[in-house]
Amino acid sequence: MSAGHAGTNVLHHPGDSPVHRLPPQVKIVAALLTVIGVVATPREEFWAFGGYLVLVVTVWRMARVPVSHFAKRALIEVPFVVIALLMPLLGGAAGALAGWNILAKGTLGVLTSLTLAATTTPRELIVGLQRLRTPAMLTTIATLMLRYLEVIAAEARRMRLARISRGHDPRFLWQVGATARGIGALFIRSYERGERVHLAMVSRGWRGAMPDRGVAASPATWLAGLTPVLVTAAVLGTAVLVP
Amino acid sequence: MHMSDGLINAPTSLIFGGVAVIGMAVAMVGARRDLDDRTAPMAGLVAAFVFATQMLNFPILPGVSGHLLGGALAAILAGPYVGALCVGIVLVVQALVFADGGLTALGANITNMAIIGTAAGYLVAVALRSVATRSKTGLAAVAFLAAFLNTVIASLGFVLEFAIGGDAAFSLGGVTATMVGLHALIGIGEGIITALTVTAVAAARPDLVHLLRGTEKPLEIRSAA
Repeated sequence: MSAGHAGTNVLHHPGDSPVHRLPPQVKIVAALLTVIGVVATPREEFWAFGGYLVLVVTVWRMARVPVSHFAKRALIEVPFVVIALLMPLLGGAAGALAGWNILAKGTLGVLTSLTLAATTTPRELIVGLQRLRTPAMLTTIATLMLRYLEVIAAEARRMRLARISRGHDPRFLWQVGATARGIGALFIRSYERGERVHLAMVSRGWRGAMPDRGVAASPATWLAGLTPVLVTAAVLGTAVLVP
Repeated sequence: MHMSDGLINAPTSLIFGGVAVIGMAVAMVGARRDLDDRTAPMAGLVAAFVFATQMLNFPILPGVSGHLLGGALAAILAGPYVGALCVGIVLVVQALVFADGGLTALGANITNMAIIGTAAGYLVAVALRSVATRSKTGLAAVAFLAAFLNTVIASLGFVLEFAIGGDAAFSLGGVTATMVGLHALIGIGEGIITALTVTAVAAARPDLVHLLRGTEKPLEIRSAA
């Protein structure tokens, strides 16, 4: 459910901590492996999820990002909380455990993603994907998308403001005509802007790939960045192997 | 709705991660054929458009609002490959930059919304192309149907993933009924907006509607008699 992405930078919390300074490719891999470890943990091992929460909070402390920053933004989880609370009604005791499973893993997943987004700028995340050998075409599209998202979103906001100031006040689905025609106009303007952007890029020497501004990470940096993954693996190993 | 982490187990997440990588690779080859060196800027702007439309809420009933998913819309306007590629990139950026949708569920989300949904919507639209090119009403009806089925079939993708790697505590029948019922409602809203948007674009710039390619009337040159 993705209602309400306000700006492009709302999740980033600028800082100069060791976590912020880690190369983005290391952070992406660390976040992904950590969440895979969390998802693979058996649901009955309640203590393990507490351990993962302590781990995430430790990373927040090291990154010097206040807990309130994450608390507000974790609200994106609310629909899943509702689903998880409905589960016991649908499935009894097994349902309650299943609801807990979805709630715990979903929440830890969101907190991990939020940690990544808080300590890494959107641009760095794209550079990270580039360093992880993502095809240049994908990272270039993503770069241009992020760069123009604010422009297109602002255009959409201006069109909405124009509609409202002319008395548009839709309340029912059958009143969406003007909104939909606005979306049509927005597509035409986006497409035409794309054509202009392409010509501007070609005239400035575009050859089909973005310059790679990232730096390779040393093995020591990888080891430091992957510490949370090692902790997760240790917790997971204990949860699976120790009866 | 984007899936969060923990809905499907780790092995299933990895399998669908692989499916998503293969699907995106196919979409990339197809998009390059459609747009050649214009691919990156054009797809970038179309992706920004898809992202921006997802921010636009429209009312369904008083107090209840929905937002466009845009898979069928992007496929009808920009073609299936560019459409799938744009929706896929939007999902990746939402997961990484906006913490929307779980990192382990990213493969499943891309499979459902960018690949299954877009392909279903586009195949429906192409199958009914003769209706779409006949009249404005026909185009609106085809766009509605494509967007509706795009939403419902994408939710069936979730049911498939849940059947493979979901929780055995829930009956698959119940999950299927809930998901399909919910997405049929969402699909009606998606369908209406898509139909109105596509007809609005077709009225102003019919050359930009990928589905209508090749139906332009040739310029008629009459000699002065």
